Amino acid sequence: MNSERPQHSQSRPPAGGLTPAQRAAYWARNIRLLLTLLLVWAIASFGCGVLLRDWLDQWKLPGSGFPLGFWFAQQGSIITFVILVFVYAWRMNKLDREFGVREEED
Amino acid sequence: MGVQAWTFVLVGLSFALYIGVAIWSRAGSTKEFYVAGGGVPPLANGMATAADWMSAASFISMAGIISFAGYDGSVYLMGWTGGYVLLALLLAPYLRKFGKFTIPDFVGDRYESNTARIVAVLCAIFVSFTYVAGQMAGVGIVLSRFLEVDQTTGVLIGMGIVFFYAVLGGMKGITYTQVAQYCVLIFAYLVPAIFLSILMSDNPIPMLGFGGSGADGVPLLQKLEGLHRELGFASYMDGSKATIDVFMITAALMAGTAGLPHVIVRFYTVPKVRDARKSVGWALVFIAILYLTAPAIAVFARTNLLQTVTDQPYAEMPEWFTKWESTGLLQWEDANGDGLIQYTGPASATANELEVNRDIMVLANPEIAALPDWVIGLVAAGALAAALSTAAGLLLVVSTAISHDLLKRALMPTITEKGELRAARIAAGVAVVIAGYFGINPPGYVAETVALAFGLAASSFFPVLLLGIFSKRMNRAGAITGMISGISFTAGYIVYFQFLHRELSTPEHWWFGISPQGIGAVGMVVNLVVAMLVSRLTAPPSRGVQAMVEEIRVPKGSGPAHEIEGV
Repeated sequence: MNSERPQHSQSRPPAGGLTPAQRAAYWARNIRLLLTLLLVWAIASFGCGVLLRDWLDQWKLPGSGFPLGFWFAQQGSIITFVILVFVYAWRMNKLDREFGVREEED
Repeated sequence: MGVQAWTFVLVGLSFALYIGVAIWSRAGSTKEFYVAGGGVPPLANGMATAADWMSAASFISMAGIISFAGYDGSVYLMGWTGGYVLLALLLAPYLRKFGKFTIPDFVGDRYESNTARIVAVLCAIFVSFTYVAGQMAGVGIVLSRFLEVDQTTGVLIGMGIVFFYAVLGGMKGITYTQVAQYCVLIFAYLVPAIFLSILMSDNPIPMLGFGGSGADGVPLLQKLEGLHRELGFASYMDGSKATIDVFMITAALMAGTAGLPHVIVRFYTVPKVRDARKSVGWALVFIAILYLTAPAIAVFARTNLLQTVTDQPYAEMPEWFTKWESTGLLQWEDANGDGLIQYTGPASATANELEVNRDIMVLANPEIAALPDWVIGLVAAGALAAALSTAAGLLLVVSTAISHDLLKRALMPTITEKGELRAARIAAGVAVVIAGYFGINPPGYVAETVALAFGLAASSFFPVLLLGIFSKRMNRAGAITGMISGISFTAGYIVYFQFLHRELSTPEHWWFGISPQGIGAVGMVVNLVVAMLVSRLTAPPSRGVQAMVEEIRVPKGSGPAHEIEGV
């Protein structure tokens, strides 16, 4: 992956074989993904389920008898969480491959 | 066969299944699976994590609390699932890469300090005790009803079973036993829910059914809301907690979930970092199946209860009513002497005559709806599976914390393996006794007691783990002062309101209206702020530690997976 591996002292082994610049880039991409997903996480739960609930309750979840805010608090947020975790796994695995830090197959 | 006979048969069969699976998986695949970097596949690990995670609080208590508190119960639904997002994104993959056994191991190594390790051990023990107490109370409720003994005797019998179960070495260690436990508990949870959903809303999917309408065309939620208003209870759809309290409790439960020691260790058992990421996802899917059903059960159970008892003659109550009365968890006093049951809320002009413990709702629900006897027995088996799998996991944390983290790694490095094992067993025994005491005298309902444990975990572990991974600058002094200030602030608030001055535990006296269940979120902020400030004022960690942090941020080169060992 990287041909120009920097010199490390014994106490500082190369992390995943990346140069410091690559490592920083990998980490920055990871942080950006995290923040985006955590924003959705907070909007679904603390936003729709708690702070905006009363306002959202004026609508019903289409095709059901659930007031929308109440539904977010009891079900919608949970469904969002499940999706977020899988999106994270998928995006991170892609990022790992891009940077060549995916773990080897056995 | 009656309810009791079915309960014995189904509980017996489920136990036989766990033991059978344990023997089978130990004989067959131990070598190939657990040694030489093998590990457990993410799907199975997710299922086992779900069983480990879903305790008496999730199974017995949660739907009951929601059915009484309505919207307010959402804090448990959001909190206990939302925490998995934090776990997946912020902790699990990195801790898997780090690849040691316990949280104190990470804390001790990351902060190069035995003091930090010991503080982490003490926090782990404290958190786990509170949590086990909740399980014990749950086991006590199940046993008291089905063996027809009082709650105290139920807890004592439960202590015996849990101790035997946890000390029966390896039982817990085998992931496939927990997979079996998950199957039993989810089946036991869904069957009555499906029955009820068909009965009440004509929809076989309970998750959707409670948003539908009954045979009379009135939406179920609207019918229940109407009953609540008519009888003077707080609104089901709006709840009665302040928004700030709902917010804080949810936050404390989420961060606590991510910081719970017995959940985190599960992610050391998967083969690779990417499996840890996916495994959290699967765990959450299996948890979500129960959590999406719980609010449905809550609505069905509440509506059924109100319709069954309201203004009915006591003499005509079905058998379940008197059976639960004999456990002391259901109490009726004929205040106006008319022989009818008046079950009313605080806003009603009629005096209330009925006290229903919320924790009995899930267990009593199938009986109230007159479902077949085997369904009732099945629910008991499921509840025991939930409580036992979690209690055993927690006892394991307590005993490894003492024998491995405290004795071997910190205080007595020369201790023999035999001595370590003996210490682990003694610790498990003491833990069961103390937990039993709190199970008999619980400081609240099961889910509420458990919620306190989450507050403690949120205010102690979550910040130091998070900062340990995401801040290279975080050092020993910051971590120790952060943990101590966070957990003592939270524990102090909880002890003051839950134990010393229960009469003052009302919104007017709480700080900013934040209840003891929600204070962990504030404790977490205290921990974060103290840790950041102190670390900036003291020397940065060594280069070795900084390199280690770099290392855990990249998946490549993770070590072999661990298997959790029995006590």
